Amino acid sequence: MDTKKTTFNNRLLPYLLLAPQLFITLVFFIWPAAQAVKSSFEREDPFGLSTVFVGLLHYERLFDDPNYLDALSRTAVFAVSVTALSMLLGLAFAASVDRLVRSGKVYTTLLVWPYAVAPVVAGVLWWFLFNSSTGLMPFFLEKIGIHWDHDLNGTQAMILIIIAAAWKQVSYNFLFFLAGLQSVPQSLMEAAAIDGSGPVKRFWTISLPLLSPTTFFLFIINVNYTMFDTFPIVDATTVGGPAQATTTLVYKVYQDGYLGLNLGSSSAQSVLLMLIVMVLTFVQFRYVERRVQY
Amino acid sequence: MVENRPLLNILTHAFLLLGFAIVALPVYVAVIASTHDIATLMSGPVPLWPGSHFIENYTQILTSASAANGLPNYSHMALNSLIMALVITVGKIAISILSAFAIVYFRFPFRVLAFWIIFVTLMLPVEVRIMPTYKIVADLGLLNSWAGLTIPLIASATATFLFRQFFMTIPDEILEAARVDGAGPMKFFRDILLPLSRTNIGALSVILFIYGWVQYLWPLLVTTDPGYYTLMMGMKRMVTVQDGVIQWNLVMAGAVLAMLPPILIVIFMQRLFIRGLTETEK
Amino acid sequence: MASISIDKVSKIYTGGVKAVNSVSIDIADGEFIVLVGPSGCGKSTLLRMVAGLETISEGEVSIGERIVNRMEPAERDIAMVFQNYALYPHMTVYQNLAYGLKNRGTPKAEIDARVAEAARMLEITQYLERKPRALSGGQRQRVAMGRAIVRKPAAFLFDEPLSNLDAKLRVSMRGEIKRLQRRLGTTSIYVTHDQLEAMTLADRLVVLNGGEIEQIGSPLEVYHTPASTFVASFIGSPAMNLVRAEVQGSKLAIGSGQLDLSTTAPSGIVTVGLRAEDLRLALAGETGLPFRLDYIEELGSQRLAHGFVGDQALTAAFPAETFLAENLCLVIDPARLHFFDATSGKRLALEGSRSPARSVASA
Repeated sequence: MDTKKTTFNNRLLPYLLLAPQLFITLVFFIWPAAQAVKSSFEREDPFGLSTVFVGLLHYERLFDDPNYLDALSRTAVFAVSVTALSMLLGLAFAASVDRLVRSGKVYTTLLVWPYAVAPVVAGVLWWFLFNSSTGLMPFFLEKIGIHWDHDLNGTQAMILIIIAAAWKQVSYNFLFFLAGLQSVPQSLMEAAAIDGSGPVKRFWTISLPLLSPTTFFLFIINVNYTMFDTFPIVDATTVGGPAQATTTLVYKVYQDGYLGLNLGSSSAQSVLLMLIVMVLTFVQFRYVERRVQY
Repeated sequence: MVENRPLLNILTHAFLLLGFAIVALPVYVAVIASTHDIATLMSGPVPLWPGSHFIENYTQILTSASAANGLPNYSHMALNSLIMALVITVGKIAISILSAFAIVYFRFPFRVLAFWIIFVTLMLPVEVRIMPTYKIVADLGLLNSWAGLTIPLIASATATFLFRQFFMTIPDEILEAARVDGAGPMKFFRDILLPLSRTNIGALSVILFIYGWVQYLWPLLVTTDPGYYTLMMGMKRMVTVQDGVIQWNLVMAGAVLAMLPPILIVIFMQRLFIRGLTETEK
Repeated sequence: MASISIDKVSKIYTGGVKAVNSVSIDIADGEFIVLVGPSGCGKSTLLRMVAGLETISEGEVSIGERIVNRMEPAERDIAMVFQNYALYPHMTVYQNLAYGLKNRGTPKAEIDARVAEAARMLEITQYLERKPRALSGGQRQRVAMGRAIVRKPAAFLFDEPLSNLDAKLRVSMRGEIKRLQRRLGTTSIYVTHDQLEAMTLADRLVVLNGGEIEQIGSPLEVYHTPASTFVASFIGSPAMNLVRAEVQGSKLAIGSGQLDLSTTAPSGIVTVGLRAEDLRLALAGETGLPFRLDYIEELGSQRLAHGFVGDQALTAAFPAETFLAENLCLVIDPARLHFFDATSGKRLALEGSRSPARSVASA
């Protein structure tokens, strides 16, 4: 990792400059993470007076617990659905806007703002739209013979949070795909046009292949987003229900630890989540050539 | 390029307009619902046209504490959200730009280690360390305090990376010229680096303000005193009604007001926003 | 104003790479010294050590009577002009010029006066309120010069200041730098890889190669008596022809051709240097070098003939109107031959050829 060719030679100053950042990182990030690792191997007695080392007990229990395994597969379904839905829509919008020279800016403005909507608000909005007694959607769904009640039907509750989470993320994917499309050299498009390929064909044969780094990058980011940033959507709407149908891994950590005070199990779950983020982050920085280099 | 595809153009516009309609639908419904009284809302699906209770609903939510469950009124929570978002924005930018300055413009023992410690924050979102972080904040006596609400959130690897990246693009000769001109490190930072970083700071501010504004889990963990409730907490409390009717008209008025500030920022500072988003990555 | 003394200065990077190897130069007060050499020869590193932007690994640099090895750049009383100008992009031209003075606590009135004077000298007065990005390359170059001038430093350091300009502007700025330096009389060290720039600007040239000095001398000394084949091929355009030859008594054999030497010399293989412009066509009956023409470059004022003597490439310059046949015979005034050791490349002092005024053996 480089510095400048010439640097200042003060000895103490750089440490002072780094101190606030490092202090916060150590106290509120690294120390708690280390605590999580530690307590995932321990059991505390009910009064919090003593702890015993229990090895991998919490982990073994987790993988024997059908609730946890369900949450794991549910989270995978959730992540893949949200990612696929929001990326497809984002790409479709970006490809359309990219075709339009004059009105492109207007459409961009019309499509970017959901990024600014808080996840909790997004959750509440869609929850209301699908609310079984007052909502608009159940009213129309009833007409085509679908009875909607996400308070009772677990699958419908999952569909609801997928829609809410994807809705919020479309604008992000749209912007990145648009930036990717606009960085495709115009000369390539012109060459393809002279070679006789129309706009649709150009999109499939030129733009899309050149977008693959963006696509891969967005895939990682979206999986990361769905796993961790969608907590408020779940908490404000389904609260993990009905019957655990929308309890994602993160929500389960919160339920078991903060609400259920089951420290050992919650810590083990935290550690497993950390491993997932580490893999995602590693993949993101190792295989996606983004701007950060070391 | 000359291209005559009227049909494709019409389809493109139609698709985008349809897309916009779907994207805007929940917000439209929220705005409509916030203009009706609760009786209208409870009597069937939400009407598609505005009602006559706009002023009444918004007045109630802005001034009255009785919206639900002993919440402070909207203005109080909005102020809390604003304070939280601003402190996080300024704090993150301040400590990140200083860290990046140290990492790029100095050579010192443990420089790479410091960089990796900062990098690690990327892998440890609050969501994966809920309990132990809560415990630390509690042990430090920071529950129900502004410090507890903001400080743990202002460490930022992405902002540090962004500034580092930007500093690396500033020609070395600028530093050398400044040194020949007699500028020490902090003078160089203030006179040269800070003004040159203006656009980046602006772009980052937009992203970080939104980040701070929409925080949910962290305030949920560390505040129990309603005096510290932010709008996002308010949202949750308003829809968590035991044995009663959710006041949907007020909830939707609250939701509209809660999303308005960041949406306006994104729309009116769109260039900075897009730049901030695409350059900070996440 | 001050003299500068560079005494056995070396730059050794971690890992032991020697970028500059024990270089000594004494620069008189007011002198214009040009450091010239190919990229990687250590010229910029040497300049940056004088500026205080690189630490000095060995040796001593003094400016005036002060040893400056451990001084910050700002304390050395020097001003520097960078290749990319390094103007502060967020400051106006005025602020760019004033920044260094302000940092030194110069009174406002004096800053105004000095900036105004420098701006007038460089004809940039009307741009003082502009930002650098609103200026052309040449104007930015002037601002960079102005920033150096306002400080009234003991020495100017130039690091390839013209290489970002187009060819035409480079020539006119070259003249301006020379004029300005004359007028101010400030000791200057100027780094360039362009030998023409070096020749036209320097009071004395320092030719560097591989971190060591090949030769120090006035432009004409270096041109007429290059101390080594390296200097011979680096200075002058077209580059001096260097061919393998054998001294046989008072004859010099190059390929199948022969030239008469005006004096006798120890027999053996040497490298002989012939400037293209010193070669001429043999008159009828004269013996010389048989030259097989390959192609001609028309320069307008001259014709450059590229071809071969035996199997060795050779370039000769002729007046514009000269008729050139496929096969020619070339001769040269023996006094204008340059002799170099065939293995070391060092200049050989033969009688009848000039000896170098001052060549510096590298340590």
